[in-house]
Amino acid sequence: MRLNGGEALIKSLEMMGTEVIFGYPGGAILPVYDPIIDSKIRHVLARHEQGAGHMAEGYAHATGRPGVCMVTSGPAATNIVTPLADAYLDSVPLVCITGQVGLAAIGTDAFQEVDTTGITRSITKHNFLVTRAQDIPQAIRDAFYIATTGRPGPVLVDIPKNIVDAGNPDAYFEWEWPETTDLPGYNPELPLDHDAVAEAVELIMAAERPLLYVGGGVLKSRGAEILRQLAELMNLPVVTTLMARGAFPDSHELCLGMPGMHGNYTAITAMQKSDLLIAMGSRFDDRVTGKVGAFAPEAKIIHVDIDPAEHGKVRQPDVAIVGDCRIVMEAMVDALRTAGGAESAADHSAWRQQLSGWQENFPLTYEASAPGELLKPQFVLEKLRDGCPADTIVASGVGQHQMWTSQYWQFDHPYTWVNSGGLGTMGFSIPAAIGAKAAYPDRTVWAVDGDGCFQMTAQELVTASVSKIPVKIALLNNAYLGMVRQWQELFYEERYSEVYLSHDMPDYVKWAEAMGCVAFRVEDPDEVEAVIARANAINDRPVVIDFRCHSNEKVYPMVAAGGSNDDVMVDPSQEALLVVAKAASASQNGEPS
Amino acid sequence: MTRPGDLSHHTLAVLVENKAGVLARVADLFARRGYNIVSLAVAPTRGERFSRITIVVDVESAPLEQITKQLFKLINVVEIVQLAPEESVERELMIATVQVGQEHRSQVVELVDIFEGKILAVGSNHLTVSLDGGPSKLDDFEALLADYNITELQRSGRIALPRIGRDAPRVAAG
Repeated sequence: MRLNGGEALIKSLEMMGTEVIFGYPGGAILPVYDPIIDSKIRHVLARHEQGAGHMAEGYAHATGRPGVCMVTSGPAATNIVTPLADAYLDSVPLVCITGQVGLAAIGTDAFQEVDTTGITRSITKHNFLVTRAQDIPQAIRDAFYIATTGRPGPVLVDIPKNIVDAGNPDAYFEWEWPETTDLPGYNPELPLDHDAVAEAVELIMAAERPLLYVGGGVLKSRGAEILRQLAELMNLPVVTTLMARGAFPDSHELCLGMPGMHGNYTAITAMQKSDLLIAMGSRFDDRVTGKVGAFAPEAKIIHVDIDPAEHGKVRQPDVAIVGDCRIVMEAMVDALRTAGGAESAADHSAWRQQLSGWQENFPLTYEASAPGELLKPQFVLEKLRDGCPADTIVASGVGQHQMWTSQYWQFDHPYTWVNSGGLGTMGFSIPAAIGAKAAYPDRTVWAVDGDGCFQMTAQELVTASVSKIPVKIALLNNAYLGMVRQWQELFYEERYSEVYLSHDMPDYVKWAEAMGCVAFRVEDPDEVEAVIARANAINDRPVVIDFRCHSNEKVYPMVAAGGSNDDVMVDPSQEALLVVAKAASASQNGEPS
Repeated sequence: MTRPGDLSHHTLAVLVENKAGVLARVADLFARRGYNIVSLAVAPTRGERFSRITIVVDVESAPLEQITKQLFKLINVVEIVQLAPEESVERELMIATVQVGQEHRSQVVELVDIFEGKILAVGSNHLTVSLDGGPSKLDDFEALLADYNITELQRSGRIALPRIGRDAPRVAAG
């Protein structure tokens, strides 16, 4: 069977099981768009290449399978740089195909030519410039293998136009699917270090204040079930980072929720006071540790990560275990059972008591809106959480609304939370929600968005309408770039610089309707529940709800950037209690109070 | 000024797939993560498929372990051998042109003789000399040559192999 490079590219994607490509055609990639017409792969036409990239990410977050996106050369390639960087920082498996000018034109500053592999080198796990049509199947096979194994990540394959051009005799070759990958420098299958597991088990058995510090690696390894067994076997309290929400059920009695800059008081403080942090697929990100020198000063560290470079990058572990979290946890559970489980381990009862004391004293809280006041975003999220099916997928943009969603949603199932953690990409939620909904058309998918984020990628709602991917958008419209405003209020003496957006410019309802969505506006707290119910009943079109929110609301708790996690700013209503708690803790340590 | 002979410098012999852009990948990684390269030498080895990049790194800019682990994440990096100065045989080549009148020429020739270097070219007022050897020998020679007027000087960057009988730490893709 003789194929040209374009046909071979699409056939290779089919061979890798691709269901859907999120993309945008253009000059250099044109020859590849012709065979798409005859392929069983669905193509979703985004309205901006950045949207295509985030859709592929949303698909990958929700399914665990690699997201596939395809765009042309030049500006299309530069437009998809942001999703690639986002996927790189959050270890999202992505295969991105970019068109390139013909080989003879490379280096001549040809029309729509950029050095795509050069530009994306530091934000992809790997990239290829393919120079011969017959090399395309191997490149695609290798790209999927690299994207999905080891620490997952984005892989870009740059395809010059001449090797896919049906009019070029040299672009034809006898189709052959490679039996294996051809990557002598890449071996993600590492043997498990059983000695290290044994050392870890010893530390766990001896710890009095242990804590499982769970990161996105647990989700990437499909390790939620074994995590639960590990936690329950040893009665280990669990914190789930922003990237790991849903890896352990929020409703579980051992779950302390999210730590970090806007984590809850108990999760943050538990890390600070712990004597053993079991870091499971987490990377000691600065948003979790705060000031590194002051982070968890009494804790020994067991660090499990599939990427050996994470060990010692930020904090030197006492026991480092390289491996897939699920496989390492299986070995740990076996060894801990043999060692006698919780009954033979050190007593944690004082620790558990301390934790529940903090939980009781410092729950998440906010002040309800006074009559006539606009909505409180936390209230909207509580109503949304309670009004949606249990397996609802929720995506978010970046900023205050993201933190509130992470705080107030109850994540009881893995792969229901789609967000941009490492890169913090505003505008992520709408396209990412579309990608997740394309993967699971029968599930409810909400994007919680801010007004700043909405204005960055709202055009993808046209994609959602036209392609019949009916996502729902909860727009927490507070008329401001809320998180920036919060920092200006707290750290810049309330000098508000370039953060005002306005509640009604643009008119979000009209805008949403113009894009084919059903749109609602809610200002009254009493209407929130009913409008959410109406939105959830609509399944044939996207829905946008413009929730008019209070502008002054701040995200608490908060640890100031670069500050120590010992200095948590709590909700103003809890400040008095915090002073008492700190004094008690100081006198326990023998310090003058 | 730091020189390639410093003990805070370690040598990494990095076996890479000889693919387009592989040197840029390595150089990019150093730039992006803030690691300092002191010297760099690249040439094919073991046939056409592989090249060896010999990198002298400043381990004061980042721990050697981090540098090695991050490098090894590059898909085209096949093997890394860490060569501590005392466990490796290191060589470097220097060529230099010195402006020297007839009255001092014999002094330079004598210096080259002592170091067992070579005279590569002679002009009426210039000499081009070469010297190969360990980095500190080249440092010493360069310092002494500086008494004359050096108009051009080029060092090749270090290449190294493990000392026979020593087992240098290595990471390889199984």
